[in-house]
This record gives sequence, C-alpha cells and structure tokens, in this order.
Amino acid sequence: MPTAALEIKAISAHPGPVPGKGAKRNEGDGVCKLIDVTTCIGCKACEVACLEWNGYPFHETKFDNTYQTMPDLQWNYYNLIRFNEHEFADGSFGLLMRKDQCMHCADPGCLRACPADGAIVQYSNGIVDFQQEYCIGCQYCVSGCPFNIPKFNSMTKKVHKCTLCSDRVAVGLEPACIKSCPTGCLHFGTKDDMKALAETRAAQLREQTAHTNAGVYDPPGVGGTQVMYVLHDIRNPEAYGGLPANPTIPLMVRLWKGPVKWLGGLAISLGLVGVVAHFLRFGPKEAHPIEEVHRP
Amino acid sequence: MPADFSTDRRTFLKLGTGAALASVLGFDLRPAYAQARELKIARTTETRSTCPYCSVSCGVIIHTLGDKAKNVTPQVVHVEGDPDHPINRGTLCPKGASLEQDIVNSRRLLKPQVRRPGSDHWENISWDQAIDEIARKVKKTRDDTFVATDPQGRTVNRCEGIAWSGGCTDTNEFNYLVVKSMRSLGVCYLETQARV
Repeated sequence: MPTAALEIKAISAHPGPVPGKGAKRNEGDGVCKLIDVTTCIGCKACEVACLEWNGYPFHETKFDNTYQTMPDLQWNYYNLIRFNEHEFADGSFGLLMRKDQCMHCADPGCLRACPADGAIVQYSNGIVDFQQEYCIGCQYCVSGCPFNIPKFNSMTKKVHKCTLCSDRVAVGLEPACIKSCPTGCLHFGTKDDMKALAETRAAQLREQTAHTNAGVYDPPGVGGTQVMYVLHDIRNPEAYGGLPANPTIPLMVRLWKGPVKWLGGLAISLGLVGVVAHFLRFGPKEAHPIEEVHRP
Repeated sequence: MPADFSTDRRTFLKLGTGAALASVLGFDLRPAYAQARELKIARTTETRSTCPYCSVSCGVIIHTLGDKAKNVTPQVVHVEGDPDHPINRGTLCPKGASLEQDIVNSRRLLKPQVRRPGSDHWENISWDQAIDEIARKVKKTRDDTFVATDPQGRTVNRCEGIAWSGGCTDTNEFNYLVVKSMRSLGVCYLETQARV
C-alpha cells in the first residue's frame, strides 16, 4: 500500500506510545481475487476490461466449437473464460465457466524457475509480477508454472502474464476485471476476507442448492494462491478446463533450483579448492621438452 | 595543503577497468526493488458519461489525457464504469467495457451522412445542411400527414407521418424537450429505448 511508507513509527518527545500504532489491520496474506464460478454467466466483460486496461489490441477470435474466445491464453491475452461442457450426475447438461488467469501462488513456480535476476518479483501484497526489462526469454517460468499461464512473445522474446493489475492495486484500485464483472462473481479484498466470503458461499451452496460438494479452491501444493475459486464440485476441478486438483511445482524445477543448485555450487567450490591443493602439493605442471617429430 | 585530485591516464584506466569488472562480477549499482508500472490514469481528466449502447444506460467515466491546458488536444485513453452510478455501480458488460475503442477508432463517423433515395452509398454533408434538410422534411411530412379531425368530426390535431425514437443517453431534461417539441407537431408515436 502506498501509505505504508509514511506510517509513523516513532514521535519525538511524545508521552506514551505512537497514537494509532497497531490499530492498522494486519493485511495478512495480501490481496486476493475470489472467483465464484457458480455465478459467472460467461459474458467476458473481464476479458475486454483486461485488454482495455493493458492496452492490447482486440483479437480475431477463433471458433473452436465452443463459446470460448480462443483455445488458450496468449502473451497479450491475460484472461480467458474457459467454457466446458459438462454432464452432471443427474444427466443434465451444463456449461462450467472458469475465468483462467495467473493464480499468483504464494510459492510461485515461475519465480523459482527463473534464472534472470529481478525478472519475476513477488510484492508484499502477494502479487507475482513479471519485469519484462530483466526477462531474458528463456521460458523456464513456462515450465515452472503448474497452471500453464506464462506466455512467450516470440517477437520481443519476453514472457507475459496477468499482473493482477499491480499498478491499480498499488494505488488502492481494484483490478480491471474485478471492476467490470456485472454479476458480481468476482470479488477482491484481503486474503482473509476472501477466504471467509468463499467459505460462506460454499456453505450456502452445499446447504441450499444441489451442489453438495461445493468448495473453495485454494491449493496448498503451491502454498495457497492469491486467486481463489468457489467451485460447484471441489472433488473434480479438472472439469473446469483442466484446473489441476493438486498443483505443485514440477519436480525437476524444485530439484534444479534446490538441492542440485546447492550441490553444483559445492562441486564448483570443491573443484577450485582441489585445483589449489593440487598446485600446492605437486606444483605447476612442467612442460616436457618437445621431441622432434619427423614427418615423412 | 590542497589535495591533489588529478589522476594520470594509467590510474584512470586502472580505476575504470576495476569498476567495469566489479559491475560484471555482480556488484549491482541499481536500486534493488521492483517498481510497479505507472498508473496510466493517475493524471487524467475524468468525465462522467453514459454508455450509448443498450437501454440499461450504465454510467461510465471517460479518462482523457491532458489537464485541459490550452495547447493540448485531449485524447481519450481509458473508459471504465462509474462506481457512483446507481445502475451499474462501476460494472460494465463486455460491449460497454470496450467503449474506448468506440471513441478512438478510425472508422468512427465524425460528420452527418445521408444516403439519397436510389443511391448506393453514404455521402458526407455539413451539420447546417443536415439540419436544414431534416427541417424541410419534417415540415413537408407534417403538412402531408396532419389529421385535424377524426372520421367522427372530433378535433385530434395529430401528425401520423412522424415517429420519434429516443436513445439511452437522453437525459430527463432532453426528453422533456423532446415531448414538448414533438407534441407541438402533433406526433403521437413517441418511443424511447428505455421501453424497448
């Protein structure tokens, strides 16, 4: 928050503690976007608002026998409503609509996988943001993401994804998609508030509707996400356009950026020590006198 | 004794090479924090307006670049919902959310156009000419179709050849004037988009 820097910590010659200190509500786990898929009508206002705010051109849509705008996200299309035809348990047909965008994981796989200093940052409010000026275009973040979100721009060799409108949130505005949503299926607030709201809504669905398995999607495999869903059926998130049931950072990324990196650094250091030790023990390598080689 | 700050060429090259090596080897001289993008509407002029599309008439805020200084030609940079508007409270539909491209668009009509009877294309005309032609047509139509009395001989004074259809951005005040002027012509077919 912009005012946090100007918060008074100490006052000269003031009797007693700083007035208001500790009265500020703890922001806890940062900001959060809550998507109640049960009230989404698939109008795609969030898609348009996202494009408009980020200044990207409107795309030619691609018809793929569904209402979905295009098959997948693109580097300049951060936000896509996925339409999934679904047959419910009672045999009735329905569309499951899910707003697909960056989930802003608490433990982001993209950030872990990225080898470029400062190309991916996580703000204190939980937003994971790409800094394209430092991006080297290696696309490790693409393989590190369990949700398949970052998209590569082959012209500029940079990777882009949803920023959760970090520029708007930084000055106290809600993200563009949240503001546009006409049915109020998108909510924005602190993670604590959104958790409470989501649980209330899920309980309401379980008790008052036929969706007895309704639940909140906040996967612990990536440490929770700053984007949460309320789903009709929490047991089957794959039905919502391939939402992984238990997303985790890929094993190779965790190994490569964890123990292997550490062991590799150790190996290099030990190698250097070995070289020095070898030099001290055996001295420099003497060049043997070159024997004359007579070529026929 | 004055300090000697002068360096010879050799020392300067040594220092320069040393600094270059230091930065290559990972001593970063930049500030170590990330900067969020600049808010593009931080200094824009906000104008409240009404979405022109459907009869719901959502309130929008039009963000215009420039602080109204004399030498600036304002340009719309962003449109979003008006949170103070009782109808939409900041939300917009996908069509309304794309309003910026309705304004900033190379295909936007900036002049009145007319397609003459039998013509296959639209031609640009001036506002003066458009108002003049509309006035003449209204006068002629009213003269041709005015009904002073109905078949039973009762006075009705109605003009059956003209209908009026209002748009969703029409305000109460505008509609008041519409009713006054149209009723004075005897027009009965008064309709507004809000009832469609």
